[in-house]
Amino acid sequence: MCMTCGCGDENFRVHGLPHPHTEDHHHGDPAGGSFSRIVEIEQDLLSKNDGFASANRKRFAAKACFVLNLMSSPGSGKTTLLVETVRRLQGHLPVSVIEGDQQTSQDAERIRATGVPALQINTGKGCHLDAHMIAHALEKMPAPENGLLLIENVGNLVCPAEFDLGESSKVVVLSTTEGEDKPIKYPDMFAAASLMVLNKCDLLPYLDFNVEAAIAYARQVNPALQIISLSARTGEGMQAWLDWINNGVAEARAGSNRGAYTYLGRGAKTEYCKA
Amino acid sequence: MHEVSLVESVLDLIQDSARVNGFVRVKKVVLQIGQLANVEPDAMSFCFDSVTRGSIAEGACLELLDSPGVAWCMTCQCSVGIASRTSGCPACGGHTLQVTGGSEMRVKSLEVEY
Ligand SMILES: Nc1nc2c(ncn2[C@@H]2O[C@H](COP(=O)(O)OP(=O)(O)OP(=O)(O)O)[C@@H](O)[C@H]2O)c(=O)[nH]1
Ligand SMILES: [Mg+2]
Ligand SMILES: [Zn+2]
Ligand SMILES: [Zn+2]
Repeated sequence: MCMTCGCGDENFRVHGLPHPHTEDHHHGDPAGGSFSRIVEIEQDLLSKNDGFASANRKRFAAKACFVLNLMSSPGSGKTTLLVETVRRLQGHLPVSVIEGDQQTSQDAERIRATGVPALQINTGKGCHLDAHMIAHALEKMPAPENGLLLIENVGNLVCPAEFDLGESSKVVVLSTTEGEDKPIKYPDMFAAASLMVLNKCDLLPYLDFNVEAAIAYARQVNPALQIISLSARTGEGMQAWLDWINNGVAEARAGSNRGAYTYLGRGAKTEYCKA
Repeated sequence: MHEVSLVESVLDLIQDSARVNGFVRVKKVVLQIGQLANVEPDAMSFCFDSVTRGSIAEGACLELLDSPGVAWCMTCQCSVGIASRTSGCPACGGHTLQVTGGSEMRVKSLEVEY
């Protein structure tokens, strides 16, 4: 295969017609003014985002901060869950919240009403948070040392899955009013998450939502997915979620004490056979 | 949809490369989009024209190469081909699968003019 342009590689249809390979490998006629050639890029589309994300991850590790990226479709109860979470954790450990929405600062105000610092990011037309936005948010509101940073992503079950923010874990919130088939309809989100919170369990008696089926679908796309069922409204099941968080906080603190922080890289959870 | 931001990232990488390599126009952009990538190739080519308008890549043609979905089946202990993240192992029908290939989204190469 020609190393300059990839001609000869059967996966490539680079120039269409066969052409002689001259020494400098420029295509077209230099004498005619313009000439064209092939430039190898070989870069991940998200390499810029991933660069910002890994810088964020280093900053979080340096502060021994446990960081969660919460994602779900609109209205599944992310903000309600966060309000109830920070109410219970406040005073026990340093907590702050970053809220992502296309418009308004209502969600950040709901968090601030509890006394916990919150910063709102408005993405405008953007349908997800990215690592660059988080880097700027951290300039205004540094990550809490030895504590917990909760990031609520834009309500959207598709796009946020793709953008690493530098978080310790991705959490997907599914609510019982959405139907149990969401994990197989939006598999990328459930494949990217390490924990699924099944929210609005207080409504189960009124719905025909099948919890076992939802869990089976979720594990179908991600066999390693952890699952916690709760109701942010009644508080039922909240303790398991708080335990899960406290465990993560302890790990983040221990990790920074050891001075070692291993992150397997983008998509590593589902793709660790790749390397 | 995030196809717009993905195409914006492509344009970013093109502009970086233009600064380094000094080309003035891009005639063709070759992307590799795996079959399991969280992106719709049609949506991608749809917004490519509008995102690149007025840029160094205006009017460039977009070539999408795909790569097959591959997963490791923990039950069969072998590598199998899968069409989507929800399809089971073609050998045992199970879902103990870890995706090992086909989720790539890469800018492979550019055909450029000086
Ligand atoms: N019954 C019940 N309602 C809930 C529960 N959690 C949240 N809700 C309600 O669901 C609605 C949406 O909740 P939010 O917390 O705003 O949802 P969100 O995911 O933050 O929404 P966006 O930020 O718009 O994506 C509100 O009316 C909440 O009161 C729950 O556990 N049970
Ligand atoms: Mg919200
Ligand atoms: Zn989107
Ligand atoms: Zn199998």
